[in-house]
Amino acid sequence: METLLNIKALYMRFGGLAALEEIDLEVRTGEITALIGPNGAGKTTIFNCITGIYNPTAGDILAGRPGRKPQRLNGRAPNEVTALGLARTFQNIRLFPNLTVLENVMIGRHCRTRAGILGAVLRDRRTRGEERETLVRSYRLLTRFALEPFVNELAKNLPYGVQRRVEIVRALATEPFLLLLDEPAAGMNINETRQLDELINRIRDEENVSILLIEHDMSLVMSLSDRIYVMDYGRMIAQGPPARIKNDPNVIKAYLGEDLDA
Amino acid sequence: MFLGGLTRGSIYALIALGYTMVYGIIELINFAHGEIYMIGAFTALIIASVLTVYGLNALAVLVLAAGAAVIYSAAYGFTMEKIAYKPLRRAPRLSALISAIGMSIFLQNYVLLAQTSDFLPFPALIPELKFWRPYSHLISSAELVIVVTTIAAMVGLNILIKFTKMGKAMRATAQDKDMALLLGVNVNRVISQTFIIGSSMAALGGILIASHVGQINFYIGFIAGIKAFTAAVLGGIGSVPGAALGGLVLGLTESFATGYVSSDYEDVFAFILLVLILIFRPEGILGRSTAQKV
Amino acid sequence: MPAHRPRISIVSELRQSLVASVWFMFLTFPIMVIRVNTIENTIEWRWRNMVLIGLGTFFLSFIWRFFLRRREAGRKKAEGGETQRLTLTRRIIAAREVRRPSLVAVGAFVLLFPFLFSTYQTNIMITALIYVMLGLGLNIVVGVAGLLDLGYVAFYAVGAYAYALLNHHYGLGFYSVLPLGALLGLTFGVLLGFPVLRLRGDYLAIVTLGFGEIIRLILENWNEFSQGPSGIAGIDRPGLFGLDLDLDLAMKYLYYLMVVMVLFTIFVVNRLQNSRIGRAWLALREDEIACQAMGIDKHKTKLTAFGLGATWAGMAGVIFAAKTTFVNPASFTFMESAIILSIVVMGGMGSIVGVTLAAFVLMLLPEYLRAFSEYRMLLFGACLVLMMVFRPGGLIQKVQRHYEFHDQGPAGRD
Repeated sequence: METLLNIKALYMRFGGLAALEEIDLEVRTGEITALIGPNGAGKTTIFNCITGIYNPTAGDILAGRPGRKPQRLNGRAPNEVTALGLARTFQNIRLFPNLTVLENVMIGRHCRTRAGILGAVLRDRRTRGEERETLVRSYRLLTRFALEPFVNELAKNLPYGVQRRVEIVRALATEPFLLLLDEPAAGMNINETRQLDELINRIRDEENVSILLIEHDMSLVMSLSDRIYVMDYGRMIAQGPPARIKNDPNVIKAYLGEDLDA
Repeated sequence: MFLGGLTRGSIYALIALGYTMVYGIIELINFAHGEIYMIGAFTALIIASVLTVYGLNALAVLVLAAGAAVIYSAAYGFTMEKIAYKPLRRAPRLSALISAIGMSIFLQNYVLLAQTSDFLPFPALIPELKFWRPYSHLISSAELVIVVTTIAAMVGLNILIKFTKMGKAMRATAQDKDMALLLGVNVNRVISQTFIIGSSMAALGGILIASHVGQINFYIGFIAGIKAFTAAVLGGIGSVPGAALGGLVLGLTESFATGYVSSDYEDVFAFILLVLILIFRPEGILGRSTAQKV
Repeated sequence: MPAHRPRISIVSELRQSLVASVWFMFLTFPIMVIRVNTIENTIEWRWRNMVLIGLGTFFLSFIWRFFLRRREAGRKKAEGGETQRLTLTRRIIAAREVRRPSLVAVGAFVLLFPFLFSTYQTNIMITALIYVMLGLGLNIVVGVAGLLDLGYVAFYAVGAYAYALLNHHYGLGFYSVLPLGALLGLTFGVLLGFPVLRLRGDYLAIVTLGFGEIIRLILENWNEFSQGPSGIAGIDRPGLFGLDLDLDLAMKYLYYLMVVMVLFTIFVVNRLQNSRIGRAWLALREDEIACQAMGIDKHKTKLTAFGLGATWAGMAGVIFAAKTTFVNPASFTFMESAIILSIVVMGGMGSIVGVTLAAFVLMLLPEYLRAFSEYRMLLFGACLVLMMVFRPGGLIQKVQRHYEFHDQGPAGRD
């Protein structure tokens, strides 16, 4: 069991406002880790720090593929982080609306392919092979997650639940070792949430990808997670396996009134 | 040179107000704003000429022509918004910008075809203020009127925005259009009001500068528009005092630059300043940087 | 569930049109009706214009509202998830029986054109072809990558003046400068791209506009370098193994040269757009943040878009200088950029076929509708607005690439 992502003493300040203070977080191989907390606690801020949208004020974010030396992520550009192997989805789905589902996923293959301008114009054998592989891999990925009927549909015309799935599959196309999902179950009904549960488990088991997710749906969190981190007002207030978190008095206080047994 | 810059700056500030207000409300650079300014000047010229031919006295001509210019500019602004911008409120920003460019081209050629491509002489509508004569060597009567008018307009606008109900509605809509709608603000009306006020300011600027310079033609809107936009961005787009400040800075810079460096490249300075500001400090002097929420 | 169609009351419709008509008569009164002659101090009252405006607006306002309603209905349908039916044009193009013979016919027409029509017509066609090239180049920047470049004409000017100056001072020939024009375009494109990397849509547009104007103003005022407003004359046309060609033959030669260039442009641009780079550009256009999240370096992508887009303008500039044998700053105003932008917009952002057609329409229509040539710019402006309101996807709506997957592997089909 290796550590894939290690966040140590992370601080994030915007002007005078301290959005994150003393954050420690660890994600290990083969685990599904959840990050929960009331709105505004700073969960997406942590994601943004990891993926390079914000440059942390202080602290270290280290990540690396299993078997490879961990790298410091602080201040790297988002595309560098993805190339390193951490892919994310967004709170408000960010698919490429006027492109088809297949094209969306093919774009995910960008950082794992190399053809440049010359290759594009000359279409030499290597480029052609790469293009073909991109097509086939994207298609297979979509088929594997039951999205084949939507392959040629424009992303903006898809139903909400399908869009979510496509966004996740698109992130998978970048061959990550760690997938960061930002509120994947937002706006879903019970059925869709159950399908999401299966999807995420499949990803962990079949694709060998570990997951860090932000989520508000407590039943999903309890069902999926191996480890839960709880945040409030920019600080980590509890961490541990679901059974322990459920009964933690700090957590219950932060969620005042929320029924964790649901 | 300083006072010349002050005068220029005032004009830019007046026109910049329209830009900044519209941008603040619907996040659109109204490319055709300069044309509103130009139409205001033309309207003033036309009405003034007609009235003069019919023998009205100078003061009446000034008041009626200026009034007509303001009313017509407001009307053009209002109509323009309804045709070219309102249908595109939910569309991507690129579409609205292209539509604005189309409007700008359309209005320029509309005036060109309906009137003439020549430079038309503009009468000096601003009367010579007799009480100012002893000080005329410092700043001419006309220039004084320009500066005072600008200050009055700025103050009036500020009062409007800060203390009236309409102003409050404008500020709310500028911050969050959808929320304002939900709270019962008639967003369509507020946007129209913004265009009307902005266009009126531009018309005022048009009359003042046309009297000062002495001639107009259908193309003056383009350059004035770019410079006014520079002023608005310089001061922080969306901020009314910013427009004033930006206008001032631009006017002074231009004045000194053309005085010390070269007058051929006059327009280039505005462009260069614009480019530099947008690259290094896009939020302007008084603006606050808005980060995109992810 | 079918969309609910509101009952249209005739009285209300008439009233709205009447109001619009009166409003516009009022609005255009000073400018359309009154014309002041400041020299003779006379006033001309053109009441006929007012009547025209009144009647015209009355009828146009019905049409305007009709199309607005249709747009709303179309929008509601799309939101409801109904797929778009292929338009008539698309179905015609797709039908194989029609496609091949029509391509042959078009090809024959293109090849025989200079012999069927006069030199003057050939000249016009060459201009149209130059604009096709310009449109395709800007299409990369604006249509595919979504970067609103309003200063594209600057690269055009760079190419043109490069040839003018090199030919004038050093006697360099057309074919030596053509690749140089491409290179200069590429370089300036990247140079222009650097400062604007961090800028958002509208600001990007204005800064590029600024750059375009700055270059034009420099050309106009730096007399020692560019000979100012009077321009540079006497530029050589492209030579054919040193033969001396008269005007007629030179035009024919230039025409075929342009056809080859346009075919080359289409070939390269098509390959670029349907490649890994092309997809990166599309991602940039659709959502910059998601694009980066997919591992795409947005700065590099923007720069390649600017650079590769500008290359075509550089080459087109060289050809333009060779065709007219004379360059001056007046040919490179913002209006030119706006025209090229119109071509891209009308062609549908990103569609090669659309842009090519739009270039022809925009260039040839004014020529063949001589009666309206005065109103050309006016119609340009109106078209831009109308296109954005009613048909933002362009004249020919782009149809996505459909991929079919059989057991043997994928096959792409447009």
